[in-house]
Amino acid sequence: MTLPKPTELIDRLAEQIRPTLTPDCALVGIHTGGVWVMEALARRLDSDLPCGSLDIAFYRDDFSRIGLHPIVKPSQIDFDTEGRRLLLIDDVLYTGRTVRAAMNQLFDYGRPATIRLAVLVDRGGRELPICPDFSGYKLEIADDQHVSLVKHDDGSLGFVRGANRI
Amino acid sequence: MSANLQLNDDGSLRHLLSLDGLPARILTQILDTAAGFLSVSEQEVKKVPLLRGKAIFNLFFEPSTRTRTTFEIAAKRLSADVVNLNIGASSQSKGETLLDTVANLSAMHADMFIVRHSSAGAAHLIARNVADHIRVMNAGDGRHAHPTQGLLDMFTIRHYKGGFHNLRIAIVGDILHSRVARSQINALTTLGCPELRVVAPKTLLPHDVEGMGVHVYHRLEEGIKDVDVVMMLRLQNERMQGALLPSPQEYYKYWGLTPEKLRLAKPDAIVMHPGPMNRGVEIDSDVADGRQSVILPQVTFGIAVRMAVMSILAGN
Repeated sequence: MTLPKPTELIDRLAEQIRPTLTPDCALVGIHTGGVWVMEALARRLDSDLPCGSLDIAFYRDDFSRIGLHPIVKPSQIDFDTEGRRLLLIDDVLYTGRTVRAAMNQLFDYGRPATIRLAVLVDRGGRELPICPDFSGYKLEIADDQHVSLVKHDDGSLGFVRGANRI
Repeated sequence: MSANLQLNDDGSLRHLLSLDGLPARILTQILDTAAGFLSVSEQEVKKVPLLRGKAIFNLFFEPSTRTRTTFEIAAKRLSADVVNLNIGASSQSKGETLLDTVANLSAMHADMFIVRHSSAGAAHLIARNVADHIRVMNAGDGRHAHPTQGLLDMFTIRHYKGGFHNLRIAIVGDILHSRVARSQINALTTLGCPELRVVAPKTLLPHDVEGMGVHVYHRLEEGIKDVDVVMMLRLQNERMQGALLPSPQEYYKYWGLTPEKLRLAKPDAIVMHPGPMNRGVEIDSDVADGRQSVILPQVTFGIAVRMAVMSILAGN
């Protein structure tokens, strides 16, 4: 199954999201792919809504098994999340564990009014009761395959697919 | 003292005892991770759940409220359980007793020991004798090392200067009695600082200083000329034995960093100090509180750096 180009999916997502936006919304991308998607979405939506980013390394549930993620980026939420309607954005939704970690982290910044989830690709395989509100594409893919978003040197986004990295 | 004691077989960090022998890859990993932890203090809940259920023991055989507090805050921000033990050095004169203390605490299911001791090598001794799963951090041992202070200094320099490769850095003051200076020299050399100067009176320099790969200056005015970073050291009054110096007033006259002397450094030079400061001895108040001072940010960065080391050790 061929995946559409990321830009196409971002257009699709933007059309779904646009009618639901209100002035009390804010966008939050999950490092690293989710932040790229968020930046692209913010441009498409032509909004001046506040944007933030999360690195969920300190909230992961597999720390005791695999230790700290080798590359940690600073989280940046420069606005007050209290009472806001947050749109959480990631590139690929799989087990749901990343989203769980991101929600826990968001609550440590305050109590948002709502959190909705937008993903570029939903590849199934959930291990937690998490479901996206907006999804660019539903991908059927075997468990031993991976799909991830990459940023090329020219700044364009692409997908990489292949056998699972162990 | 073997550097290998600090590393696992796969080369990852196991204990933090000294910056001596740690490769640039590990120093950089710690600094990068610490940058991630800086934002935790901006959260409404200034805490992450990373070390939930871990027991961290602050073993202070030498009193140091400030250092102990920074480790305690770091551990609490990681959601670890922290126990503070201030153990008088006098009752711990034998190595065997030290290890007995540690064995007892290990039986209480400790996961990490933060060790401060007046004898060089105390943290190494503990690291050699603890169970496999226990991690040890050196919070200062005698004149030997104070690796987290060295790391927070590296973090501060990188934060304000972007890196190390074009910098001229001066370490000023009581090098002889300073465990901080040794840690700083080790780390700056490893991270590629091209010109490292030590600036001190002859009586406050160790005999082997020339062998450390640094340039030695005996006048403050020459030593800080055109530098990017001035790293002040505390005049270690309580360590001073015999008459190495005439008086604090005399020291200030020749070695105190005043605004006039600081003008010899580059205009955008930063001034650092590990604290606590002796105002009017090694540093003038106008410098300590001035535009170029990054002394208080150093304290803030120290928490993030200690969080980074704790979580890397606990995860490896």
